[in-house]
Amino acid sequence: MKPTAENIIEVSHLWKKFGSFAANKDLTFNVKKGEIFGFLGANGAGKTTAIKILCGLWTPTSGTMKVAGFDVYTETNKIKQNIGYMSQKFSLYEDLTPVENIRFYGGIYGLDKKRIQAKTNQALKSLSLEDVKDRPVSALPLGWKQKLAFTVSMVHEPKVVFLDEPTGGVDPITRRQFWNMIYEAASRGVTIFVTTHYMDEAEYCDRVSIMVDGEIRALDTPDNLKKQFSADTMNEVFLKLARG
Amino acid sequence: MNQFIGFVRKEFYHIFRDYRTLLILFGMPVVQLLIFGFALTNDIKNAEIAILDKSKDDITRQLTAKILSSGYFQLSENLESEEGIHAAFKKGKVKLVLIFEPDFGEKTERDGNASMQVLADASDPNVARILTNYVTGIVNVFQNEMLRDRKLPIEINPEVKMLYNAEMKSVFMFVPGVITVLLLLISAMMTSISIAREKEMGTMEVLLVSPLKPLQIIVGKVIPYVLLAFGIAAIIVLLGYFVFGVPIRGSLIVLLIYSIIYIVLSLSLGIFISSIVNSQQIAMMISMVALLLPTIMLSGFIFPIENMPLPLQWLSNIIPARWFIIIIRGVMLKAIGFGVLWKETLILLGMIVFFIFLSVKKFKIRLE
Repeated sequence: MKPTAENIIEVSHLWKKFGSFAANKDLTFNVKKGEIFGFLGANGAGKTTAIKILCGLWTPTSGTMKVAGFDVYTETNKIKQNIGYMSQKFSLYEDLTPVENIRFYGGIYGLDKKRIQAKTNQALKSLSLEDVKDRPVSALPLGWKQKLAFTVSMVHEPKVVFLDEPTGGVDPITRRQFWNMIYEAASRGVTIFVTTHYMDEAEYCDRVSIMVDGEIRALDTPDNLKKQFSADTMNEVFLKLARG
Repeated sequence: MNQFIGFVRKEFYHIFRDYRTLLILFGMPVVQLLIFGFALTNDIKNAEIAILDKSKDDITRQLTAKILSSGYFQLSENLESEEGIHAAFKKGKVKLVLIFEPDFGEKTERDGNASMQVLADASDPNVARILTNYVTGIVNVFQNEMLRDRKLPIEINPEVKMLYNAEMKSVFMFVPGVITVLLLLISAMMTSISIAREKEMGTMEVLLVSPLKPLQIIVGKVIPYVLLAFGIAAIIVLLGYFVFGVPIRGSLIVLLIYSIIYIVLSLSLGIFISSIVNSQQIAMMISMVALLLPTIMLSGFIFPIENMPLPLQWLSNIIPARWFIIIIRGVMLKAIGFGVLWKETLILLGMIVFFIFLSVKKFKIRLE
């Protein structure tokens, strides 16, 4: 499924200030349903702040924002029910088995037993985890943990999944496989909001925004951005922007 | 509600899979209590003594029999002359030598005044003091029995009776003490570590992004440890009761209510600690240094607060365990309740409010 015209995330004039320091300065952007949206920026550029606001953890200082159709000021509970989140740390319980992890996360999103069971079977099959389903997650290789974490973050069938540097510390082949999972999810209409430091991954995104010092300096498809900055790769685009 | 049950179940998985910690949690109280109860006792039993009886009459025999049947002493040897005294001490086994003067019995009958000498091996001053006290006590009782049917001028006999712990067993002090220390340790340290672990592993972020409310997360983390703490407290009380004969004279319900208050206080401390740290190790360090040590040293568990220098006495006031030890000793040994313990109760409740207030404040700052 190609991105549709329907906006799943709408951000307009988002400001977030901590005292006199502004972490997000007047961010305005939309993300379309089923889109893979790359949210790039150097460390400290304000990406994490923006994600925390969109996930309903922090309240913005000003601006209007909607995620999955719900207002971030007043409907955070509904937002939480409709989004998934996965961080670089993979957020699995290492002493629990894959099955228990799925069951736990399914449980806190209020899924009933039947659905959790169905989800579990489906996940074990598609990730070929059947042989290790009763072993603790700590015994799994990193790549499997990452895929399991992604599956777990989508166990409640969210409309948007926030991936905060999901491929940190993973080898290139596993990263490639992981991106296949992302494509597959996007093709089912799930919107992917992803941050990364790997510029080759930026090329895989439908559209990319680049943040510098709390502002969005560029926002377009990777091809257009390369044209706009007359660069060959996203890496060059990024460096040109980040160095100012 | 299902969400919540799932959360608590997950927490139990953590506890039961970490069998090393679990073993320590259940093993430590048992070992501590057995050590405190059997080994670290101030009571001396079956100390070896030697007797030099220069009189060998009815009365000295009666008195000797009385001393030897007390359970504190056993006869190592009967000395024949004073030369043997030092040799007996130097062999090291004999802690005490009793000497009766010649004609002891006759002098008692005639003058009402006979002498005996108690020599103690004071190379261990504590033991020497305790043993001479025992002997003096036994002799006093014996003397009073003899005097019962005689008229004497004026006589004041202080009759000492140890209330609530007639035999002065140290274990009576250790059982409440161990409960106090362990409840704090489990509740505060384990919760702070387990919350810090969620932060360290990054799972806390995911929980916060989920529909679970922060309060549900905290309560869900805390409940398993409350149950664990209760289980362990029950083991200690039962062990004290059946192995050492430590009674529970007060109401079990009062004891239970106070345990809950103290556990809640410890948990709020643990939550407070976890709100200021981000790693399990620091959580553990803080729990050890800031909670465990002062609790053992300053609560009156081992060292009497009255003997401490004034600044430490003041400091001991902010140690929750200090107040809980008063409460639990009172309830277990003296059968007192809320009426008498209102001050300690209020202090504990005040501390709970204080720490919960601090944690909530800290939590809000973090979120903003």
